[in-house]
Amino acid sequence: MGFITELRWSPYLVGMGIGILSWFTFLISKKAIGCSTAFARTSGMIEKLFRGTKVEKKLYYQNIKPVVEWQWMLVVGVVIGSFISSILSGGFDWQMIPPVWAETFGSNPYLRIAFAVIGGIFLGFGARWAGGCTSGHGISGTMQLAVSSWIAAICFFIGGIATAYLIYNIIGGAL
Amino acid sequence: MNEINKKTSKNKQLLAGLFFGIIFGFLLQKGGATSYDVILGQLLLTDFTVVKIMLSAVVTGMLGVYVLKGMGMVTLTPKPGSFGMSVIGGLLFGVGFALLGYCPGTISGAVGDGHLDAAIGGVAGIIIGSGLFAALYPKLSRGILKKGYFGTLTLPELLRVNSWFVVIPVALLILFILYRLEASGL
Repeated sequence: MGFITELRWSPYLVGMGIGILSWFTFLISKKAIGCSTAFARTSGMIEKLFRGTKVEKKLYYQNIKPVVEWQWMLVVGVVIGSFISSILSGGFDWQMIPPVWAETFGSNPYLRIAFAVIGGIFLGFGARWAGGCTSGHGISGTMQLAVSSWIAAICFFIGGIATAYLIYNIIGGAL
Repeated sequence: MNEINKKTSKNKQLLAGLFFGIIFGFLLQKGGATSYDVILGQLLLTDFTVVKIMLSAVVTGMLGVYVLKGMGMVTLTPKPGSFGMSVIGGLLFGVGFALLGYCPGTISGAVGDGHLDAAIGGVAGIIIGSGLFAALYPKLSRGILKKGYFGTLTLPELLRVNSWFVVIPVALLILFILYRLEASGL
């Protein structure tokens, strides 16, 4: 049980595991691992609760139907898998303010939540704009050598590194 | 009978998704990728865990998937793209990646291991952002998203060579980058 209860595994082992997992998702489910489309479907499902079936007629939801499908279940599985891993290792921890954030921006929960919401809006919007996220483009797409995915993945990191520098070194530095 | 078969195969597909997701989430958590601190460490270039996970997943996945493709056992599903989609969408995503400190996959894992900023703020934000995009999609799809469209092009197709002439150099390049990261103590 020692191995399974360890707090962290080597990133190389984890990466190889994800790579091998991809072989099986292609073989068994004929699909690549991805996560962001599930959030778009969820958004459509929530809108449907308020506005009824006319939401399904929206151009976007004609392609990305607001229903539970393979990837939606995959995302549910990620929540469960991470929960199992953290419970087994004792790493599970209710945490509102990440330590790295607190060092620079303090421990005001409203500030952190505001950044998380705004960041989430950019992330969800950008993922749909690019047609994928760090898993769909960054891992699954690049391994298939898709041009769209290599460009998107490089831009994820250009945007991310520049923004992290701005908020931590320029804004955070001035605080 | 046909209806029942369809239903069973749909349920099997959903269960397979759940099962693969559990393994994916388990691995992300074990790798530390469900942690804001690890992701920000990557974007601030002080901790290369995320890049190490991603590159080793890509090299392992790519070799296997292209072998399976060669044996006719899998069909690739490259996503379509354009410069308007991939560059601008990628940069917008990157801004969100740094502000939030999670991405759609890792945030699901972060919800699972107790990160409340992810569960309360981040998930809501991603759902709002996706909905905003769906609302603007009719306009965007006629304009900026079409700019520089290249479709489901892959690198071997772009270079007009056998896949392995790209797979092997990319694998070697990734191994070299990982080697350099380790050698420089990152």
